[in-house]
Amino acid sequence: MDLYEHQARELFAEHGIVVPSAEVTDSPEQAREIARRLGGRVVVKAQVKTGGRGKAGGVKLAADPAAAELTARQILGMDIKGHTVGTVMLARPVDIEEEFYVSYVLDRAAGRFLAIASAEGGMDIEEVAATRPEAVARIPVDPAEGVTPATASRIAEAAGLPPQTVDVLVRLWDVLVREDALLVEVNPLVRTTDGRIMALDGKVTLDDNAVFRQARWGAEDGTHHDPLEAAAAAKGLNYVKLDGEVGVIGNGAGLVMSTLDVVAGCGARPANFLDIGGGASAQIMADGLSVVLSDPSVKSVLVNVFGGITACDAVADGIVRALDTVRLTKPLVVRLDGNNAARGRAVLDERRHPLVEQATTMDGAASRAAHLATTP
Amino acid sequence: MAIHLTKESKVLVQGMTGGEGMKHTRRMLAAGTNVVGGVNPRKVGRSVDFDDRTVPVFGSVAEGMDATGADVTVVFVPPAFAKYAVVEAADAGIGLAVVITEGIPVHDSVAFLAHARHKGTRVIGPNCPGLITPGQSNAGIIPADITKPGRIGLVSKSGTLTYQLMYELRDTGFSTCVGIGGDPVVGTTHIDCLAAFQDDPDTDLIVLIGEIGGDAEERAAAYIRDHVTKPVVGYIAGFTAPEGRTMGHAGAIVSGSSGTARAKKEALEAAGVRVGDTPTETARQVLAALNADG
Repeated sequence: MDLYEHQARELFAEHGIVVPSAEVTDSPEQAREIARRLGGRVVVKAQVKTGGRGKAGGVKLAADPAAAELTARQILGMDIKGHTVGTVMLARPVDIEEEFYVSYVLDRAAGRFLAIASAEGGMDIEEVAATRPEAVARIPVDPAEGVTPATASRIAEAAGLPPQTVDVLVRLWDVLVREDALLVEVNPLVRTTDGRIMALDGKVTLDDNAVFRQARWGAEDGTHHDPLEAAAAAKGLNYVKLDGEVGVIGNGAGLVMSTLDVVAGCGARPANFLDIGGGASAQIMADGLSVVLSDPSVKSVLVNVFGGITACDAVADGIVRALDTVRLTKPLVVRLDGNNAARGRAVLDERRHPLVEQATTMDGAASRAAHLATTP
Repeated sequence: MAIHLTKESKVLVQGMTGGEGMKHTRRMLAAGTNVVGGVNPRKVGRSVDFDDRTVPVFGSVAEGMDATGADVTVVFVPPAFAKYAVVEAADAGIGLAVVITEGIPVHDSVAFLAHARHKGTRVIGPNCPGLITPGQSNAGIIPADITKPGRIGLVSKSGTLTYQLMYELRDTGFSTCVGIGGDPVVGTTHIDCLAAFQDDPDTDLIVLIGEIGGDAEERAAAYIRDHVTKPVVGYIAGFTAPEGRTMGHAGAIVSGSSGTARAKKEALEAAGVRVGDTPTETARQVLAALNADG
């Protein structure tokens, strides 16, 4: 889960990293009050979990409290790359002497974390990394040791950062470890004209697997703009809405992704991704089917299950149960193979629903569902 | 001979007395796996009856190894305790730890993988279905009865896609199938398995299954180009998947790869790998390649 900038700022401050004075609000009137408290002149920053805010007009300087209110009014509700701005952070501006970039990120290939640092921070760091890789230092972190002051000195030296940043690098590692983060990034880390090292903007990605010991931020909030995704999330389903007309339900992320591809290869477009997971019960299947059927753009539904741990008869029971509660108005093509497949197929045969048909292969099922969805 | 797992392998199960552990230990035994013991410090000295086999419970991996000569452990321990389970197994000096547990915090995986590497223990997983050498041994949760022994080696991130291909090619059969797991960091990689299959006299052809995200498939492609002489057939899932979450600027800086299915397919094809468009078509490519080679 990604944190908002203001949450990242709060974490940095708790770990002793200097951050600008700032407050968060969802109301323009309060923005005026906050600006007054912060000394009048403020930066108004949209709080969205996406990059490119500045270029999209989501970060603006306001000269006084009245301007802060006006600016907050403009930014709140703005759409930035599909994210609606719900809150703004108002921060006291600082006078910048130099901008740096520092982060710790998981290096999947090496199976450990990597420190990345550059003396050329700011908005164009990706371009710097692409065009002048020598300006960006990459130092692997030994998992057993972590970032000690000695490691931090090496990172700072390699990137050409001033010695005062060593302390920040050690504290930032503490944020990463204590919060179970997969990424902490400060961009820019600045040296102010009065010589202080300050984190002006930050990004933190937390590990969803660590929620059991890191309950503080709760689960992901308000990211389900789509009502179908929200309904699926409420039932604990792994569902993503797409733009097409063939509803897809399967087990295992790899097989479902593959099913989407095969549907696309048959000349139709998948309407969704829905992974009912390993060992799925009849209830999960029934819940999944009701969500997919409630999507008005769905013209046909493809259920593709290979039973490894999942028992195909449980999947068939779920389909039959869903048929009792949801009125089926769209054709359903089912392909069951693997664990208890014969029993599952028999359950569906017995139900004899006119809109349910079975296919013996994955490609055949996808082709049939695509045909049903695209033929008027 | 197969890779990493044979009928000679003596297997411990950490977390055998839990619900998942019991269910899958029963299945492993049914598939012919030589399960020599479970590990649970709170149930030490007891034993568990599985149909016609009684399996003792040891207090630690070290005790289990001393008593039985075990060389493989399969880990079903819950996420919060999985790190300690793997560290314990590595400290005991076990050769192979197969970590089935899903949902382990990444910092824990990074820690136990580094520790295991240091101790010389191979880890498969975490969050993986394990590996099977059909007709000999099954360490994990892969269904054993959907395929038969043969001369194809298979390595994959995805469990259900592995099963799909095992089933499609059930008449030809497999030397070993390894599900390396889909977590951001895993112990054994595509490349490790490619190297082992290349050296395995019982494997004639390698199937490599990948999916979007990361750059493991691109690195595997480079390895194949330089080191693998056996035919390799690939399959990549995720051409139509929605664009995933990007990890700030840092993700792009690290891998330098887009991680898309198209990029992976192109990298594999450039290395001479035949890449199928669907699992079924991939299976046909495998048969064609086997026939062409002999």
